[in-house]
Formats: sequence, C-alpha cells, structure tokens
Amino acid sequence: MEVVQLLVSGLANGCVYGLIALGFVLIYKATEQVNFAQGDFMMLGAFVCLGLTNAHYVGLPFWIAAPLTIAIMAVLGYLLDFFVLRHLFGQSQTAVVILTIALGFVIRFVAGAIWSHEPQTLESPLAVGDFNVGGVVLGMADIAVIVVTVLLTYFLYQFFQRTKLGLAMQAASQNQMAAYFMGIPVKRVQGMIWGLSGAVAAVAGILFASKGAIDPNAGLLGIKAFAAAVIGGFGSLPGALMGGLIVGVIEPFASRYFPAGYSQIAPYTLLLFVLVFRPNGLFSQVRIKKV
Amino acid sequence: MRIHFKTSYNHDIRLFPDWWSFLVYATLIVIAVVLPWVLDDFFLGEVTNVLIWAIAGLGLMLLTGQTGQASLGHAAFLALGCYSCIIFMEQGWPFLIAFPAAGILTGVVGTIIAIPAIRLHGIYLAIATIALSILADDIIVLMEPITDGVSGKFAPMITIFGIEIERWTTPDRFYWLVLAVTILCTLGYRNLLRSPLGRAFAAVRDSEVSASAMGVHIARAKAVAFGISCAITGLAGALMGFYAGAFNNETFSIVISITLLMMIVIGGLGSIHGAFFGAVVVAFLPQFLSMTKDFVGGGSVAIPGLETGVFGMILILFILFEPMGIYGRWMKIRIWFELFPFARKDMFKRQKSYLKTERLR
Amino acid sequence: MSTLLEINNATLKFGGVVAVNDLTFSVEEGEVYAIVGPNGAGKSTVFNLISRFYDPYAGSLTFDGHNLLDRNADAVADLGIARTFQNIELFDHATVLQNLLVGRHRHRNTNLVQEMLFTPKVRREEKRHREAVEEVIDFLDLQPYRDKMIAGLPYGVRKVVELGRALASGPRLLLLDEPASGLSVEETQDMRWWIDDIRKQMGITVLMVEHDMGLVSGVSDRVLALADGAKLAEGTPQQVQSDPAVIEAYLGAGAA
Repeated sequence: MEVVQLLVSGLANGCVYGLIALGFVLIYKATEQVNFAQGDFMMLGAFVCLGLTNAHYVGLPFWIAAPLTIAIMAVLGYLLDFFVLRHLFGQSQTAVVILTIALGFVIRFVAGAIWSHEPQTLESPLAVGDFNVGGVVLGMADIAVIVVTVLLTYFLYQFFQRTKLGLAMQAASQNQMAAYFMGIPVKRVQGMIWGLSGAVAAVAGILFASKGAIDPNAGLLGIKAFAAAVIGGFGSLPGALMGGLIVGVIEPFASRYFPAGYSQIAPYTLLLFVLVFRPNGLFSQVRIKKV
Repeated sequence: MRIHFKTSYNHDIRLFPDWWSFLVYATLIVIAVVLPWVLDDFFLGEVTNVLIWAIAGLGLMLLTGQTGQASLGHAAFLALGCYSCIIFMEQGWPFLIAFPAAGILTGVVGTIIAIPAIRLHGIYLAIATIALSILADDIIVLMEPITDGVSGKFAPMITIFGIEIERWTTPDRFYWLVLAVTILCTLGYRNLLRSPLGRAFAAVRDSEVSASAMGVHIARAKAVAFGISCAITGLAGALMGFYAGAFNNETFSIVISITLLMMIVIGGLGSIHGAFFGAVVVAFLPQFLSMTKDFVGGGSVAIPGLETGVFGMILILFILFEPMGIYGRWMKIRIWFELFPFARKDMFKRQKSYLKTERLR
Repeated sequence: MSTLLEINNATLKFGGVVAVNDLTFSVEEGEVYAIVGPNGAGKSTVFNLISRFYDPYAGSLTFDGHNLLDRNADAVADLGIARTFQNIELFDHATVLQNLLVGRHRHRNTNLVQEMLFTPKVRREEKRHREAVEEVIDFLDLQPYRDKMIAGLPYGVRKVVELGRALASGPRLLLLDEPASGLSVEETQDMRWWIDDIRKQMGITVLMVEHDMGLVSGVSDRVLALADGAKLAEGTPQQVQSDPAVIEAYLGAGAA
C-alpha cells in the first residue's frame, strides 16, 4: 500500500518535472537553443496565478485567473524571443545557455521583489484535500496534476500532428533552411514555440503551486527537469515526459529506502550514468557531423 | 599606432610584442607589489579577492575560452582544491608542499572526470557539470569524517620558511602570496598560448574535425585542458579557503559555478585580460551595490537575490550588445584612440555567422 | 615509383544507402591523382574514409605499408597525410599564422610541463615550426594576411590558408577536397601552379577531388571517375574524358 502511495506522489511530482522538461525540449527542438530559465518560467507562472487568484492580491476566481496566467506567460515567452533571443542569431549555443541562466537569476530577483521570499500557497480549487481509497491516502491535487498532464500531452500531440501551425513547427525544427524556403515564417514560428513553452511552463507552475507552497527558489526545480530531459533523451517530447516521471518516482523511493543524504543525489547520479553510457538519452540516435 | 617590424622568428614568440607593452605590464606589476603600502587593509582584502577570482577565472578560461568546453561545475573543483590543501596541512604537510599537491590532485581528478565527459557536446556537458556541482555539495556532507560536513573547517595558519601568513593578521603577506600565485598562473597560461598545446586547444574549440585531421588527439587534448583548468581552479579554491577563513559545503555551491562562468563571459571569453576584468566586476559588485543602496537611502534593508539579479542583468546586456565582453570593448576603445581620427564606425561591425548545426538531419 | 596509398574493396553504407561500393584504387608516390564524378558519387566520402572519420563496412586501406584501419584520425595525420575540406574547416577565431602553426602539430615533441615553463627546448622547437610555416607563407603569397583573423578573410584566401595549413604539416600525401570550388578564374589558375609546384618542388603526392575538368586535366597524371560509389573508369585524363560510361554518367542515358 505504501508503495502505491509513494508511486502516486512520485508520479505527480514527475509530471511537473516532465512539463518543465517538455517546455525545454520544445524550444531545443525548434531552435537549437536551450532555455535554462524554464524552471524559473514555471515559478513565475505559479506566482502570476497566485497573484491573480489569492484574496490579498487581485482576488480573481481561479478559473478565470488560470487561463489568464497561461495567456500572460505565452505572451512573455513570445516577447522574450522577440526582444532577446532573436538577436543572438549566429552566436554559440553556450552564449544562449549562459544568457538563460542569467535570465533565471533576474526572474528570481523580480519575483522575490514583487511577491517576497516567504513561501505562499495558491488558493486553488484543486487542493481540496485527500481521499482514501482502500487504505491509500491520495492527495486530490496529485490526482489533478496527473490528469491535467495526461490531457495536456494528448493535446500537444494532436496539435503537432493535426494543425497547420504544429506541422510548420515540426518542419522548422527539422530543417530551418528548407522550412524557410517552403514559405514557413521560421522566425515567427520560433517565437510561437517560445510562447507555447511559456504556456506549458504556466500550466506546470499552476499545478505545482496547487500541490504546496512556493517561493522564488522553486525555479531551481528546473535543474531536475533538465536532468529529466537528458535522461529521457533530449530530442523527444515523450522522452522528456518519461524522464520527468522517472526522476519524480525515484525521489520518494530513494528517500524512503536509502539512508538520509543519499536520496537527493539519486537523480543526479542517474543523470551522470545516462550521460556516460547513453549520452543521447535512453532512446539514442547516432550523431555524425557531416564534413 | 605601433607597427611591428619583424626581423627574427623570436619576435612572434616573445612574451611582449614590444618595449611599450613590456613597460606597461612591468609598471602594473610594480604597482601591484607596492599596493599594501598604499591601500588600507579593507581595500587590500578586496584586491586580494579580485586576484583569487582571477586565478579561478584563468582556470575556467583555459577550458571554456580556449578549448570551448563550457563547465558549470567548477565550484566542485574549487572545493576539492580547498579541502585537499587544508586536509594535507592538517596532516602536518608544510604549505609549500600541500598547496601544489592540492592543485595536482584537483588536476588529476579533473582529468579522470573529464574522460567520460569529453564525449559530451555543448549543453550535455553543461548539464553534466551542473550535476557534478550539485553532487559535490552532497558528497562533502556525506564524507563528514574527512570534511566535517555542514559544520565545516577552519583554515590553518600558513607558514613559509618561518614566515607566518594569515588573511586577517597579516593581510599584506597574504596579498603577496596570492599575487605571486596569480603571476605564476598567468605566465603559465601565456606560455601555453604560444606553444603547440595552446594552439591545439584553440583548434579543438574552432573545429574538431580539422583539428583531428591535423593530428590533434581530440579526447586527449580535451582531457589535458580539463586537467590544467581544474588544477588552476584547485589552487584558487585553496586560496579562497584561506581568504574566507572558514568554509563548509555551501561555500562552493552551484551559484559559485555559475558566477564563475558568467564572470569570464562578462570579462571576455578567450583572453587572459578577460579573466581579470571579470574578476573585478564579481568582486566589486557587492560593494558597489551596497554603496548605491546607502546612497538611495535603502539603508540596511537586505534584498535577497539582488546581487545575482543585477549580475544576471549585466550579463544579458553584455551578451546582447558586446559578446566579446569588457576585453572586446577595451580593445575597440584602444584601437579607436590609436587610429584617431581615422577610425570608422563600421570598423567593428560584427560579422554575421550562420548557425553551424551539429545535429543530424 | 612505388605505391603510396592502396584502397582495396572499400565499402561504406549509411543505413541502407551504399555510399562507397567495393572501390579499389591505388595512388603512386609522386603523382597527382584526381577523383571526379557527379554530386553524391561518394568522392568526399572516400576522403573521409582515408582520414578515418568514417569506418568502412568492408575492405582495407593501406598507406606506405601501414594499415589505416588500425589508426584514429589523428594518428593518420601523424603518418603524413594532410587534407583540406570541401566546406573549409579553418580555426575561425585564430590568425592565419596560428592556423598554419596548428598544421605543425604532428611535429610537436615537447610536453605540457616544458611548454608551461617555456623552456629553451620549446623556444628552439617554436623557431623551427615558424621557419617551416614562413616558408609556406612565402610559397602561397600569404604575407599580407599573416596576422589577420580567419573570420574576416574572403573565401578565396581561406581556401589558400587551408592549403597552407595542410602543407605546413610537411605531408607525404596531400588530400585536396575540391581545391578550386568557389574560386575565380585567376584564383583557379594560381591553384593550378601551386599544385604543380607542390608535386614537382616539394615532392608531395596529391590526391584530389575536383569538378573543374580544366584543372583536373591540367595537373593530374591519372583520373578516377566515380558514380554511385563505384569505379566507372580510371586512366589518363584524356582516356577518362572519352570513356563512354563517363559521358553517359555525366550527360545522362542515351547521350553516348
């Protein structure tokens, strides 16, 4: 019974990691840029929703605030691409890595200045308490997180397979030059990808905030999500989600069955193992640079 | 503008291209040596801090600026250098043996860690090194019998030939020690740049395929770069330990790793000057911010995340508007004055290079 | 004349695509040997096999009695095989001089510690490297660009710098991947004199891939025509140019 309980809470955490990793992989696939601030995006999304919902800030109903948050974060993502990342065209990948890390610092500072560094809880209708199924106590929020993640993944999958914009994004990610010549506005599509990943980060943030208290340092969760993305294989969306679930599930089991101190290093140890033995993730492809 | 007429092969190999730059650097060193008689103890301590960061910056610069491998985990090597030096001294080793031994140990460990890591490219390496930095923090806690875990360690007194050196009681001697290490590391770095290995590093950075076609063993070159880089970083870590006086697992956190990388980017990737310029920014930013706060009237209100936030903002502005860092800006200003009044505005226009992807399509 | 490079029954597949198909040829010491063929015929792939960037699926590659398959890319360079690349792979953030000096890497015989201390031996070696490089700079008329960064140089000059870097390594066999592509008529003419001089004055064997048939018939002793990774014809430039199979491959079926 205990195993089921650990599994559910691990899966719920893993879904949040997976969603952050998803945003990360979306951008990488489309632009070859890496957004190390994705975790901080998630944190920002959580705070925007909290600011809109909680009574002593704006006090909107949650079901209005949540879509609004998603829209705000999508616009922020697009603007970030428009004003900053587009101007990095031609600079090295490392430059983008460092820039987004710095951006994370800035977001953390701004969030701290607006919403303070005290942990706060979102007044979310998802956090309605626990219920008991055959001796297993399950958090309502955990279940909600899992359900929403499954739905969102399905929606994204359909989006990429069915809609014109989704197909254009796929094309742009596979070969920018060819896509450009086929008449796809590559730059605008890339901006939209940043917007989309901002929206995904917002969903992750709202879910995360429904599960417990948040503070600006929650953005550091991003590091675990990168680990998840690498474990799952950097190039694939389902891989990212799977990686997130693996990391999420390892954590509660490690802290339950390993001696104290060893549990928090488990995900990173797994990450290093994957990098050493399957450098391209668990679903690896061969990479040879053409000369 | 100075024009160099080259009359022998020695010209290109010289440390200084001409008498003028020799004079400039000689003056700089003389000023640095007499500094303790000019500055008060507080500012001398700050300058010492700059030099220590500069040594660490040189270490990472060799790896990132010269060989093109970005590491976000160098705090782990700062920690290793620091802990090993102080543990060696606790075993009764004299400083003059413990200090280089700590550097060598860090270099060897760095090389061993590099062997699997060098297969990784770009972001994969960045993520692996982040993991390394996080693990180092936890490992220090887990190795409590040796490292004293979260309670940390205190740096002992340094004694060189009977002369006692300590950061607080004899800040001038500690400063000279750091200065000597700085000059030696800089000289070693500079020597590498004018010899085959340094060129091989740059070759690996710019094009791995053609480097290997020219006979450079890529994996070995990267491992050696890692080794030297970690060794220098280890020395800086040991000095940081003596500078701080007391340290524990949190002294060398992931934030230090990131700060170090940002520092050399702000200073200017790929140049020795860059490490020093960047170190000045990192070391003086907190002072500058607290002075500004006093000026604005914020008084003693602590704003968490302010330093890293402002630092991040500076970095973003540099990457957007001056990717070559402070050193790049400095060179432009110098050239402008040398050519005055013939400098043209479009002279420094950046060349657009196009995305050279390594992805399999 | 003795055989310098021997390739026997080399085959390379990418997934299901056969890039090089059971290819056999040999290059004699002191000759200029050209490989021609339509795009995608596998010409550059042959170079990448020799440089050991790709592993052949089957077959053998021998250079002066050494089995190339036992060696990594850098060890192939150590034997005295230097090359240029189709899309120019120079070290962009370094000067022309530094690029050429990297070419000397295989002659490095100082170690890390000596270099960090810059001992007299390192100084002596550096002078030796620089003498060799200055000779190449003189030979290729690169003096005006000596201290310039690669990133700012025009295409034609980069092409010459790449040739220079290969020459600086003092090779026995020089692999030139499309040395004239993208060059103007005058620059191509220069390239032709240089290839002639490299062979005659320096005694370096040249293996090149080239589209410009004028250049090929001007400098090469023997020509190999490739199509779909397999040998179509081999012989003097005139023999290959008049071979019906070659004409058909170039102009399409029925033209012969």
